Amino acid sequence: MRTPHGCVAIFRTADDRVFALDDRCPHKGGPLSEGIVHGTSVTCPLHNWVFDMTTGQAQGADSGHVATHPVRVQDGRIWLDTRAMRRAA
Amino acid sequence: MAQKLVVIGAGMASGRMLEHLFDMAPGQWDVTLFNAEPRGNYNRLMLSPVLSGDKTYDQIVTHDDAWYAAHGVTCRFGESVTAIDRDAQVVQGANGPVPYDALVIATGSAPFIIPLPGHRLPGVVAYRDLEDTNAMIEASRPGAKAVVIGGGLLGLEAAAGMAARGAEVTVIHLMGHLMERQLDPAAAYLLQRDLEGRGIRVHCKGATKAILGEARVDAVLLEDGTVYPADLVCMAVGIRPETRLANDAGLEVARGITVDDQMRTSDPAIYALGECVEHDDQLFGLVAPLYDQARVLAATLAGDQAAFRPIQTVTKLKVTGCDLFSAGDFADAPGREDIVFRDPGRGIYKRLILEGDRLIGAVMYGDTADGAWFFDKIRSGADITADRDTLIFGPAFAGGAQADPLAAVAALPPEAEICGCNGVCKGQITAAIQGGAHSLDAVRGLTKASASCGTCTGLVEQVMALTLGDGFAANANPPMCKCTDHTHEDVRRLIKSMGLKSIPAVMQDLGWRSVGGCASCRPALNYYLIADWPTEYRDDRQSRFVNERNHANIQKDGTYSVVPRMWGGVTTAAELRAIADAADRYAVPMIKVTGGQRIDLLGVRKEDLPAIWADFNDAGMVSGHAYAKGLRTVKTCVANSSAVLAPRIRPAWESGWRRCCGGPGRPPRSSWGFRDVRATAPRRRARISASSAWTAGSRSAWQAPPAWTCAKPCRC
Repeated sequence: MRTPHGCVAIFRTADDRVFALDDRCPHKGGPLSEGIVHGTSVTCPLHNWVFDMTTGQAQGADSGHVATHPVRVQDGRIWLDTRAMRRAA
Repeated sequence: MAQKLVVIGAGMASGRMLEHLFDMAPGQWDVTLFNAEPRGNYNRLMLSPVLSGDKTYDQIVTHDDAWYAAHGVTCRFGESVTAIDRDAQVVQGANGPVPYDALVIATGSAPFIIPLPGHRLPGVVAYRDLEDTNAMIEASRPGAKAVVIGGGLLGLEAAAGMAARGAEVTVIHLMGHLMERQLDPAAAYLLQRDLEGRGIRVHCKGATKAILGEARVDAVLLEDGTVYPADLVCMAVGIRPETRLANDAGLEVARGITVDDQMRTSDPAIYALGECVEHDDQLFGLVAPLYDQARVLAATLAGDQAAFRPIQTVTKLKVTGCDLFSAGDFADAPGREDIVFRDPGRGIYKRLILEGDRLIGAVMYGDTADGAWFFDKIRSGADITADRDTLIFGPAFAGGAQADPLAAVAALPPEAEICGCNGVCKGQITAAIQGGAHSLDAVRGLTKASASCGTCTGLVEQVMALTLGDGFAANANPPMCKCTDHTHEDVRRLIKSMGLKSIPAVMQDLGWRSVGGCASCRPALNYYLIADWPTEYRDDRQSRFVNERNHANIQKDGTYSVVPRMWGGVTTAAELRAIADAADRYAVPMIKVTGGQRIDLLGVRKEDLPAIWADFNDAGMVSGHAYAKGLRTVKTCVANSSAVLAPRIRPAWESGWRRCCGGPGRPPRSSWGFRDVRATAPRRRARISASSAWTAGSRSAWQAPPAWTCAKPCRC
């Protein structure tokens, strides 16, 4: 999803939980939205960095952080809290 | 006619001795049992639970009136023996004499009372029998103040018992740390911390100067001037063998009544056992050797051969919540080494004392579960060199991580079954290996071991490692990924043999360690499932790598490279024109000739991918599958083959498609799909690849322009 402050990747896990993270891997800017989701983690398609979608922290030997954004699902729509983005911008 | 046996003292040792005797030689002896306490045998060790309120006296009685009656024991309880007439072989009881053929002295021990000023005041008790215990129970009203002199085993049990009943307890101990005969300072520190946590005050290096009071105990004064108020003083500073009767009778007495290996005293008609004896310069205070003495004496009286050999003993503190274990010798001495495990946060301390190759002592606090195991090592004097690394972790680790991992397999006999599916035993595998099968596949081919479900692959490999020694490179097949120990081959075989038809089913049944797998195993499982269950399994797009989903290769900057197929590197002006048009229309920043005789359009944005593929499709071009983990391209040389081969490749490919869907149609964009050809049996190849090609195409929403999708959902 495009926002004025950059792309946000929306993920749905196997157990139907929804997460929103900046669509940009802190390593080389890979599009996380194209990554493979496993459990509550997503693997960047470029260099296989793995991020915990609940915290945005890189897992394993890599260290880095992706901004996470609050989301809620209401009547089948996903609402994204953009206030933090605006503050950051 | 039964002989007359008189037993003086109804303690734990004499009770056990009588039990043995009646078992071994029923009716041989006519027994008279004296006891100064007005009761029969009870388990003195259990006085602590009685004091703390965990048990009642009735629960600790070991022999009741019915038992004495059943064995014809004449009970003279509450009656003390005043003298022994050895010449006449008569025991003088307070209520009359009893003649004996054999006499057993089991008078036990007397508490040692320090002759301090005030030690005779009411309210000063020892901790020896039920009377003492009851006195302490009575004095342990909540809020009452009690002082225990002596921080040994008995004193601490008394202190804990009274504290449990609500008394305010202070322990005064002469030495630098509690239980110095059983514990080292570190373990004693943990014990002291635990006791203080229960509200017991501990005063080490405290010498008592006097017990103060007028009509009754009032306080305890220490040498350093400290005064502890006390409603009750329990003196638990030690015991000494009760030898007065034996002394008076002129028997040989050192510290205790001296006995030989048969528990016989210097008078052959008189025996002794229990805490009152001295054997080989040693006194005994713990129950285990006393029970041994009881067994030996019973055998001697029954006319059997037996000899007492003192054994190592174990000390355990009977205070709920304080797990303490001490065995063997743990004093510092030259040539001794220790292994220490310390976890102060959890209150766990273990120390093993080694002398040479043997374990000679163990002190544990907080976690004493392995005590018996260590004690056995101490007793057996086993060489512990091999286990030394893991010894402190006890039997759970003994020979565990450090031991030879092949030992279990090595121990199997040749007829032990290794492969349950095919009924292959170890001997057959060994024979096959010795016959020249030096690889797993070779063994599988010859014996079928691990060729079905594959769960025994590890075992077969271990047999190979054992048989071949260093010549075998174990684990030549690495696991699929870190989520599992199975290899790709194992997983493929198990998917088929177990009928697993979804990714979650595979992960559950094969014990995946991770939730939802990882970016490495998900695409592989998705592919294997498509290959094995083409009609039932639904492709999981989320398990495909980005390139497969988007039919283009993602680049460092997040754009994509688009590679149309170019058969054998042969193209036409129309195709080149279509490529050039697309490059213009979508502002492709770079066009590159690839090493695989194709043309690569680099820098295409993701949102342009559907349109650019639609344009190429309209020009009759399909994807070159530059992202496939399989056959992507065939290079040809113009000199001999291009002209001949290239025209044949395309029709062969297209005819394959026609055969599959039964109609002319346009070639699918997906390739023939020679993916993973090596892993697929030749006769299955057509079916697998065609179906995988179909799913790849038709399930993609935008990625499925009309020309790409077969009009009929073919299930070939």
